[in-house]
Amino acid sequence: MGNDSFDSEAGSLGVSPDEVQFRFRDDEVADHGTVTVDACCDQTNATAVRIEPGDDARALLPFLDRLALVEVNFPTFGDGRGYSAARILREAGYTGELRAVGDVLIDQLSHMRRCGFDAFAPDKRLDEEDAVKAFATWDNVYQSAADGRKTIQELRHE
Amino acid sequence: MYKYDNYDQQMVDARVEEFRGQAKRRLEGKLTEDQFKPLRLMNGLYLQLHAYMLRVAIPYGTLNSAQMSALGDIADKYDRGYGHFTTRQNIQYNWIKLEDAADILADLSKVEMHAIQTSGNCIRNISSDHFAGATHDELVDPRPYAELLRQWSSFHPEFTYLPRKFKIAVIAAEKDRAAMRLHDIGIQIVKNDAGEIGARFFVGGGMGRTPMIAPMIRDFVPLDQLVTYAEGCLRVYNRYGRRDNKYKARIKILVHELGAEEYTRQVEEEFAHLLDQGVEPPRPELERLKPFFADPPFEDGPKTVDRSDPDFALWVDRNTHRHKHDSYVSAVISLKPVGGIPGDATGEQIRTMARLAKQYSFDELRVMHTQNIVLPHVKIADLHALWTELDAAELGAPNLDTIEDIIACPGLDYCALANARSIPLAQRISERFDKSGKTAELGELKLKISGCINACGHHHAGHIGILGVDKKGKENYQLSLGGSEAEDVSLAKITGPGFDEDGVIEAVETVTDVYIAQREDGERFLDTYRRIGMSPFKEALYGK
Repeated sequence: MGNDSFDSEAGSLGVSPDEVQFRFRDDEVADHGTVTVDACCDQTNATAVRIEPGDDARALLPFLDRLALVEVNFPTFGDGRGYSAARILREAGYTGELRAVGDVLIDQLSHMRRCGFDAFAPDKRLDEEDAVKAFATWDNVYQSAADGRKTIQELRHE
Repeated sequence: MYKYDNYDQQMVDARVEEFRGQAKRRLEGKLTEDQFKPLRLMNGLYLQLHAYMLRVAIPYGTLNSAQMSALGDIADKYDRGYGHFTTRQNIQYNWIKLEDAADILADLSKVEMHAIQTSGNCIRNISSDHFAGATHDELVDPRPYAELLRQWSSFHPEFTYLPRKFKIAVIAAEKDRAAMRLHDIGIQIVKNDAGEIGARFFVGGGMGRTPMIAPMIRDFVPLDQLVTYAEGCLRVYNRYGRRDNKYKARIKILVHELGAEEYTRQVEEEFAHLLDQGVEPPRPELERLKPFFADPPFEDGPKTVDRSDPDFALWVDRNTHRHKHDSYVSAVISLKPVGGIPGDATGEQIRTMARLAKQYSFDELRVMHTQNIVLPHVKIADLHALWTELDAAELGAPNLDTIEDIIACPGLDYCALANARSIPLAQRISERFDKSGKTAELGELKLKISGCINACGHHHAGHIGILGVDKKGKENYQLSLGGSEAEDVSLAKITGPGFDEDGVIEAVETVTDVYIAQREDGERFLDTYRRIGMSPFKEALYGK
């Protein structure tokens, strides 16, 4: 997962209701509309799902193999449940696209990236230059998270 | 004490730059005030009644003289010549200009300080025992563990938009000097039957409008799982803490609504999962941290003082704490001069304390949650010289843990949330008891005043608590009795109808008279209250 280059025009592919502004993946964008978590659990062929803040991301764990896209919605940027949802999916081995959608702002990008998001579809298009800076906020990190980066504590004891 | 390495410095510098960028984007109109607000809050910048307030983090209340001195300089350069030490061992400045904020953060970063996460719905500064590493009665120094948690909680990617703010305290003594069980997470470092050191977790305490004492949810977490267990506690809260109502969003409400048992079950489940995820820092990190907090080179010396000066003897009796080395004590500098503003110090006084720390206390100071300052390692032989200098700087008030040692929030004089003033009340009460000479007779008596139900002045935990409310446009004060933030933690109960400002001061006098009349040998106010109950106090206050 994830290198540091991203395709800022992925949204132009127009395969989803969201406009994906930043994407850190090389594979094809999944061309399926997303369904709710409940629908995903009931219907056996869904390959794209959308998690709302109140949903339990763990309900998706039995279906991870067939999912190519998980969208996590942030109706307001201050509701941080989606950060846990993202990490839980990555910890369970999900390798498909994990897309942050909704009220996604510049100053949340670096933390979202650390939690395993590899695509971003903000409601309002973000300033590209500010976003590039934001993704690069942390030269090093204190916590182990879903991005697999070595922590400062690990670097100190290499 | 802990010293930054290049990594730590880089992290703080990165945040200073990030904040400069955010402030710039706000000025350019790329960020709305609503979007900017949580960002400035996470950098300690509040908008108060009259100006911006900047809160600077003092990790686990420990700082060196260069840092203290810089705090004094900031008071002079950017504020009105003073700073205010807070109940979470931080300092805040009440008269800051927004355009100066980034420069202040840059000044702070030169002395390894910052304002990161001193506000906002994130994990706040970790607090601890102000006598850590000095006191005679601790198991180990709790600060290496607090530092491990400081790093873990700084810029945590998953826990930056929690339902509400989150406060952690770490202690390592049976005596609780940090109000540990009134925190979102209270950690007590303990030894188990096998002689191993580990962490006891209390989760879901807090004050505010719904005070709760944290229940213990795990009696022993091995040290190589400490961070992982904390991560489990936080993840359950981040996922399930209430977000529909800001007044019910603290973890204490989640723990209360689920029940401690069910919350614990969920944490244990998450913890078991996280153990396989490698979130724990490598064990050598804790060993790297410990030497930063090693004992300074203590020397044997005199173990008693010359008590011929009664003023000095009184200060020694009241304001010093027994040290682990018998030729030293920890000396408390009271920021509660009679008639003064609790916790305030001028830039000059702050620099004086810094200088004295360098001269007499191995370059180290502590901030107490009771808004006083500690010089943790003072030679008994140096006490008279220290006291003489403190007295000259108006820092020698001999009133630790007395009724004059009042905790008070900034109240309506500064705070946008307050309903009533706290500071003038504290000033009048300390003046009154000093004048009548009753302070000495009352002994240990913890009086705490909050100017609104958010309880920043810890009134729930006061032996005597006062809560300011707004009653039909007038300031009204409710009196409560029987609280404690210590190891005998309890929540105070309201006596009955409230009082106006003069009335509540009379009421404080009345309840202390009941205590004096009813106390048995050696009893503190709190002990007498617990023995005789509320009724005699109520009768004295309101009649039959």
